[in-house]
Amino acid sequence: MSAKLEKLSQSLQEVLGGRIQSLKTDRDEVTLEVSAADYKAVALALRDDPALHFEQLIDLCGVDYSEYGGDEGTGRPALRFAAVSHLTSIKHDVRLRLRAFAPDDGFPVLDSIIEVWPSVNWYEREAFDMLGIMFAGHPDLRRILTDYGFIGHAFRKDFPVSGYVEMRYDPEQARVVYQPVTVEPRENTPRIVREAHYGDVGHG
Amino acid sequence: MAEIRNYTINFGPQHPAAHGVLRLVLELDGEVVERADPHIGLLHRGTEKLAETRTWLQNVPYMDRLDYVSMMCNEHAYCMAVERLLGIEVPLRAQYIRVMFDEITRILNHLLNIGTHAIDIGAMTMVIYTFREREDLMDVYEAVSGARLHAAYYRPGGVYRDLPDVMPQYEPSKYRNPAKLKALNAARGGSLLDFIEDFTNRFPALVADYHTLLTDNRIWKQRTVDVGVVSPEQAMALGFSGPMLRGSGIEWDLRKKMPYEVYDKVDFDVPVGVNGDCYDRYLVRMEEFLQSNRIIKQCVDWLRKNPGPVISDNHKVAPPSREGMKSNMEELIHHFKLFSEGIHVPPGEVYAGIEHPKGEFGVYLVSDGANKPYRMKLRAPGFAHLSACDAMGKGHMIADIVAIIGTMDIVFGEIDR
Repeated sequence: MSAKLEKLSQSLQEVLGGRIQSLKTDRDEVTLEVSAADYKAVALALRDDPALHFEQLIDLCGVDYSEYGGDEGTGRPALRFAAVSHLTSIKHDVRLRLRAFAPDDGFPVLDSIIEVWPSVNWYEREAFDMLGIMFAGHPDLRRILTDYGFIGHAFRKDFPVSGYVEMRYDPEQARVVYQPVTVEPRENTPRIVREAHYGDVGHG
Repeated sequence: MAEIRNYTINFGPQHPAAHGVLRLVLELDGEVVERADPHIGLLHRGTEKLAETRTWLQNVPYMDRLDYVSMMCNEHAYCMAVERLLGIEVPLRAQYIRVMFDEITRILNHLLNIGTHAIDIGAMTMVIYTFREREDLMDVYEAVSGARLHAAYYRPGGVYRDLPDVMPQYEPSKYRNPAKLKALNAARGGSLLDFIEDFTNRFPALVADYHTLLTDNRIWKQRTVDVGVVSPEQAMALGFSGPMLRGSGIEWDLRKKMPYEVYDKVDFDVPVGVNGDCYDRYLVRMEEFLQSNRIIKQCVDWLRKNPGPVISDNHKVAPPSREGMKSNMEELIHHFKLFSEGIHVPPGEVYAGIEHPKGEFGVYLVSDGANKPYRMKLRAPGFAHLSACDAMGKGHMIADIVAIIGTMDIVFGEIDR
């Protein structure tokens, strides 16, 4: 681990203390996990504390962990939905990954951090659109990428790749209509999780 | 007296200056924009969802189709993310090839951007000049990968194959007179590297031509100076990156600050703007032409002197040579496993960001140890830039919106994914 990341972990521990749920360094990237209750306050501290000073939010991504690890579920987190954001400190030249799990799988809600980083606006809309994670306090939580009137959340693991409806032009009604999807689902290469260390680069 | 009220108009999705399928709902007070609300998603193909059902290698060609004017840079971010997950090293020659093609891609992208930005706000000639040079670089793409646009040249572990020894030439045809043909083939007598070197020698003079056409052009300045001004603080808060951030005077370039591949071994400068308006961002891009040209030159020199492998020899990741596959049992097995089941990537998560021509392009990959990604998130620079459209466009005239969209360097392939 480089000295820079070590210093970052240290300052995170000093500033956040008990609010840290987990703090890991893996493959030269620091991942910080906090509870949904602390999420916004931690975000504010990350931005404003001079030792951290993450002035830029680069990305926010919703993740659905419900099928993580295949059938065996090795390493699957207890909660289903999380918002993962990537922060950059231009001043200190480091990155940080911040993750917060939404407490309720049925109705996932997290605080919006739009007041901390305005750039999160569309990312939160996207996470809402694609995964149905609600962001409390977001001023304009509309769908962003899917069609007007779309039903469902496309990136959830229980949503089929081909979707539920397809669109075509109907000459009789002289307009575009939706109909149940006619594409047969197919899987060319099955998804396989092998035993641990299978195909590891280091192994013969 | 007549009642005065605001107008709401649709700008796009079928508007030539909307750079693709942008539907922009503008609320106007006379000709002044009160609110700009971009509606995106008309080109949404669900790349991130599709990636979850494809093997790690099958995902590479999808990357080309994101930002379809800077193809190889997208592949680069993806391959880098997979390599970091696997923890493998890329051969040095492959790193130089990647850096060289990243910079060729940067020139390609900026040529398109400056040409179309100019045509959007009235300078018709520009695009004809910039597309002439794009043609040469497209030929470089074709020579190395077989495709002019969607290259799929970078692979996890390196690049698909080494640079070709011959540059393809124009064929004689009854529509082309011999003198013209000879001129077209003049630089194509040698290897690909010779052709690229010839291009780098010609290019600075061509950039000077672009400057003559635009930089002091009165109309160009009227349309871009003091339009879409973004302060440094605002630029950071809005998540800007690349030329958009540097145009506001922040010296932030991932190639310098978090060097990847061999960017720490080549010399180049990072241009920054002063006022943060469209004109400064234009100047930043113009200077990046020359800096990219410098990097390409250094890469060409290095690549000439140092032959070597261009893809990892670890056959758990990269395919064995064709000859080896035909003659050696073990390599045949590797080949079969790689192209049927695909590679298995150890569990974990990684974010790889690169300095894409448009800004920071990032790939966030979550792996659960399977032969396919568990979750892929693409961080497109244009997405963050377009989300700032309202902040940048408020209070400007409706015609300035076109200049602002042009300066943001919007490509819908990456925004809608």
